[in-house]
Amino acid sequence: MRPPRLDQPFVTGVMDTPAGPVPRVSKVFSGKDRMGAFKARWGIGRMNYRVDAGLYAIGEPTAESPVFVTANYKLTFDLLRRAIASIDGWVLVLDTLGINVWCAAGKGTFGTDELVDRIEASRLGGIVNHRKLILPQLGGPGVAGHEVKKRSGFHVVYGPVRAEEIPEFLEKGLKAEERMRTKDFGFMERLALVPMEVVPAVRLGLIVAAGLFILCFLLGGLSLSKALEWFVVPAGAIGASIFAGAVLTPLLLPWLPGRAFSTKGLVMGILSALLVLFLSHGSGMLERIGLFVSIPAMSAYLAMNFTGSSTFTSLSGVRKELRFALPLEIGGAGAGLLMWIIALLGR
Amino acid sequence: MRPMVYLKNVVTLAHAPELCNGCGACLSVCPRRVLQRLNGKVGIARRDACIECGACQRNCPHGAVTVKAGVGCASALINQMLGRKKVCCTVGD
Repeated sequence: MRPPRLDQPFVTGVMDTPAGPVPRVSKVFSGKDRMGAFKARWGIGRMNYRVDAGLYAIGEPTAESPVFVTANYKLTFDLLRRAIASIDGWVLVLDTLGINVWCAAGKGTFGTDELVDRIEASRLGGIVNHRKLILPQLGGPGVAGHEVKKRSGFHVVYGPVRAEEIPEFLEKGLKAEERMRTKDFGFMERLALVPMEVVPAVRLGLIVAAGLFILCFLLGGLSLSKALEWFVVPAGAIGASIFAGAVLTPLLLPWLPGRAFSTKGLVMGILSALLVLFLSHGSGMLERIGLFVSIPAMSAYLAMNFTGSSTFTSLSGVRKELRFALPLEIGGAGAGLLMWIIALLGR
Repeated sequence: MRPMVYLKNVVTLAHAPELCNGCGACLSVCPRRVLQRLNGKVGIARRDACIECGACQRNCPHGAVTVKAGVGCASALINQMLGRKKVCCTVGD
């Protein structure tokens, strides 16, 4: 395990410790950090947005200063760095392959083994006098506190879910209130996740749309103008579904009826299908039924994909939802496509 | 606003009172306040709020809490069904 590099852009200096030089991180959240966060939210270079694992210093920490453990996804690291900018402390970054704490804990990369190895490799025991580590509470699925204690001598204290609450957690003598212990899922948080719902959905949508356009072109006797005219209906259906299922459903999640995400997406899809039908009064009956069947089906499918980004779904629940919803979604989209093709052939 | 809750009666969470010594490790890691201390004894208070993250099981020194832990992510499950290796957090890259 190599120590973290000193030439990373957010490193401003070096701190000499009994265990060797430790990089000191900047307390300033720069324009470059902001840009990096924005790009990660849109899925650009997201899987490689990382910092080196290992020990860092923030401020002027001493042997008594608290140690915070985090993941090496830079978005996560920056959240912590900003939250504790007023604190002198140590940050122990685990190698989670650039994944956030919660997801990495679920996979075990933010885990007992990695933590114990990282404590060893960074020679943390020779740098601090105490034997306490503050972990993000959401690291719990990966780290067994009692095992870490047994294997490293360090006592794991689970801090608040949100990094912003660390200063208050420290002030209260490492006590977390009920509020700090729960994961909510507010509007702004859902909004931040929408781009990563839209980007993959649009990517898939464009592939399907390209296929349908070629179909229009072939069925229309290789006439480009005819193809364009026919293409409007499926393109509208795909666009409306993405907007309903990947944008509006996540944003309006708590206010939409039903517990299953596909139900919520279905409702949103029916509303947007009605709007599309209202706007496309020129098309024939079969096409209109096709729209009314396929848009809610595709919207429900896309909404279902938001389960992974949400904070309150379970594996057993999603499995159950998939069993009843997926066949209906595929059936609905397929039936809509079939009706549209039949309508085209009948022209 | 009340926290959102997913499907009813699906989770695999179980708590064995005979193995539990009431240390409370599970209480501090549960992000959904599913497990709570009532009259001094730890128990399941809000079963349907459980997301099967497995933090309680992982941090119970006595094996008193069990759950089939996993991630409630439809695209990961669909990928799994299709035999693709991609997991939830890497979708789209």
